[in-house]
Amino acid sequence: MIKVKDLVKTFGATTAVKNISFEVAEGETMALLGTSGCGKTTTLKMLNRLIEPDSGTIEVDGKDILNQPAEELRRNMGYVLQNNGLFPHYTVAENIAVVPNLLKWDKAKTEKRTIELLEKLHLSKDYLNSYPNELSGGQQQRVGLARALVADAPVLLMDEPFGALDNVTRSKIHAEFKVLDELKRKTIIIVTHDVQEAFELADRIALMDKGEIVQIGTANELLFNPVNNFVKDFLKEQHLQLELKTIKLSDVWEYLPLDGRRINTSQLAATAGIWEALDTFKFYPRENINILNQQSKEVRSVTFDQLLSAYSQFKNQAAQ
Amino acid sequence: MNEHQQTLWEFMQQQSDKLLVQTMQHIGLTFISLFIAVLIGLPLGIYISRVRKLSGTVLGIAGILQTIPSIALLGFMIPLLGIGAKPAIVALLLYALLPIIRNTYTGITGVDGTVKEAAVAMGMSKWQVLFKVELPLAMPVILAGIRTATVINVGVATLASYIAAGGLGEFIFGGISLNNTNMILAGAIPAACLAILFDFLLSLLQKLNFKKVKGAVKVAPVLLVILSCLYFIPSAYGGKLTAGFTPEFMGRQDGNLGLVSKYGLKIHTIVISDAVMYKAAQEKELDVISGYSTDGRLKAYNLIVLDDDKKIFPPYYAAPIVREEALQKLPELEKTLNKLSGLINDSVMTDLNYRTDYLHQTPERVAKDFLQAKGLYKNPQQSGGQVVRLGSKIFGEQYILTNIYSMLIKGYTNYGVETKTGLGGTKIVFDAMTNNQIDVYPEYTGTGLLAILQAPLKVVEQLHGNKDNTYNYVKTEFEKRYNIKWLKPIGFNNAYALMMRRQQADELHIKTISDLKRYLDTK
Repeated sequence: MIKVKDLVKTFGATTAVKNISFEVAEGETMALLGTSGCGKTTTLKMLNRLIEPDSGTIEVDGKDILNQPAEELRRNMGYVLQNNGLFPHYTVAENIAVVPNLLKWDKAKTEKRTIELLEKLHLSKDYLNSYPNELSGGQQQRVGLARALVADAPVLLMDEPFGALDNVTRSKIHAEFKVLDELKRKTIIIVTHDVQEAFELADRIALMDKGEIVQIGTANELLFNPVNNFVKDFLKEQHLQLELKTIKLSDVWEYLPLDGRRINTSQLAATAGIWEALDTFKFYPRENINILNQQSKEVRSVTFDQLLSAYSQFKNQAAQ
Repeated sequence: MNEHQQTLWEFMQQQSDKLLVQTMQHIGLTFISLFIAVLIGLPLGIYISRVRKLSGTVLGIAGILQTIPSIALLGFMIPLLGIGAKPAIVALLLYALLPIIRNTYTGITGVDGTVKEAAVAMGMSKWQVLFKVELPLAMPVILAGIRTATVINVGVATLASYIAAGGLGEFIFGGISLNNTNMILAGAIPAACLAILFDFLLSLLQKLNFKKVKGAVKVAPVLLVILSCLYFIPSAYGGKLTAGFTPEFMGRQDGNLGLVSKYGLKIHTIVISDAVMYKAAQEKELDVISGYSTDGRLKAYNLIVLDDDKKIFPPYYAAPIVREEALQKLPELEKTLNKLSGLINDSVMTDLNYRTDYLHQTPERVAKDFLQAKGLYKNPQQSGGQVVRLGSKIFGEQYILTNIYSMLIKGYTNYGVETKTGLGGTKIVFDAMTNNQIDVYPEYTGTGLLAILQAPLKVVEQLHGNKDNTYNYVKTEFEKRYNIKWLKPIGFNNAYALMMRRQQADELHIKTISDLKRYLDTK
């Protein structure tokens, strides 16, 4: 869907982006991860030509975007900004209707679509005539997301979309983000400096440093096959948590006990991560949880200790 | 002072039609210039917010324009645009430019970068970003600039009367010249009220929220145009000849009031300052002007004085007037000042004025040349500590006389001299004297009689326009009322006079004011 080749951008004496190439498949979510000043935002802004590249090519859906009128291109790409960038002089409804108005939709269509989106994003219709400064940070960010989604553009660019939110609000929005059907069919590029966020939301991650992509791959690949020490060091601090989140119950399936005591509680799918499974324990005596393997239709029941032991065995196995 | 002291309210009622006209002209001038200033300033402000390297230059130039004294700016305009509304509007709009350009620039550059980026990223074109995002968000700041400009304009517009553009300045400056406090206040109070009113209305507009501003911004231009049109309502009449009279002349019994009552003269009149009146007459913008009979420009511009055949202009013999106290403290003073007595007749004075007004010689040089020619010049003595404070009104003749007196005092006595020249009109200089801020200034018998003493009509008629009677009357009254002494007359008579271009007067066979009236009455 998106093909970036040999992209270069310099600002004066500094080269912000050096020869970056990557591809994003249709429906995929890709995270551009890195510290401040690594060139991730510059890369993103070149995709909708807020910044014009010095050299290189960008193709979206097989078309070279550098030969397209910039305004038209942008109307067909959603864009979410860190500080939401809502127009303070427009109501929520007017903010969401910006792109539909540019695309000259009729009123009824815009209205219908706005209400549909508000429902999906859990925003009350009462806010339609409010101004952005009357909303909380989380609500503003949802309106920002609605504005980016309203025209149903196939591509969505997000520049640190949840960076300004507090932790509680952010994890709530993360959870919603993952289940939002609107997003499932979109090709998304999300810029973030938050490793957890990248691992949680993205299918693939491009880790950037000093204007270059150091490694590009799935969470698994970055965690278990880092190409160099930079990648290793970058993930080091949160390594355990990332592993527990990345390793699925199905990965450790063979180490789970067969004779666990089955009790009548809800079942967790084996596609969930170990972290999620550990998180469901309520810690009362002899507590078990049930795990369902969708493929084999098999259910195994484990205690907290058994789950940790399975993880440990999996790690030993990988080390050998 | 007089048998009946008129209150301000009575004056305003009596002059209500004039007051209305002046107020409408004032509002009109303010808003025509404001309207044009917005038309120029807003796009310019937007442009420099785009091309920022020009912003320093443009704001710098607008800033310099702002620092030019208003009177000087009006003066610059006359050679370019003549007199009347045009130069006044241009001058006012130049003053209004800076706040409008600066606030537009500040407002637009102050719009949150994220919001602008969002607008671009949504796919808005440059113009859409400007009109849908930047301008609405900058509007409160831009409105603040327009508000500042409006208040500045209401203030500066009072000066427009100097160049015959009308407005409330006519009363203000007329009042200052005529020593008429009611008249000053009748102009100043409405002008202040207008400033406060417009400031208040614009502050309301500024406080409206974004939604309502959208509507208000559409109404504003219409309102501006309507207010601007007020200017043209009063000036929709004209005549065969146009007269330009000073504000002082307009309000005097021995001026326009006398012309109307004694001669029945009806002429299309505009009010103008004497600084530009002669030039305007020469350039055929005006046909009849109210001048002074010894003015140097009479000679320079080839104007003639119409004969005052019904004797409405009383004699204006000049003489130094001095505070009695000062005469006692400085015994040499009277003798020294009287050295000039009888030395300057009408034609000598006209010539001296001609040198300063037209040849642009400095008053010092003219004074020194004159004294040397008369053999009266002496090098200054060592100053002995006592000081004579000399005052003058704000025109050339007074400067010359003050310089002559200064040289005489320095040459013949050991007194020091302190000069306070350019003290506005009669009211200002006379108040300075009664408040013990100056000791001496040259005054004219007619002015003393009518403007300062405000002698009743009966008294004026008894004096029959006689030179000596008038002098004796003011001399006695000044001693009695103010303890101020009139010294011996200098010799010349600088009376009011109506003047026309020589050529035009010859063509129309006008020699006297009665001739002028006859000409105007024939259809």
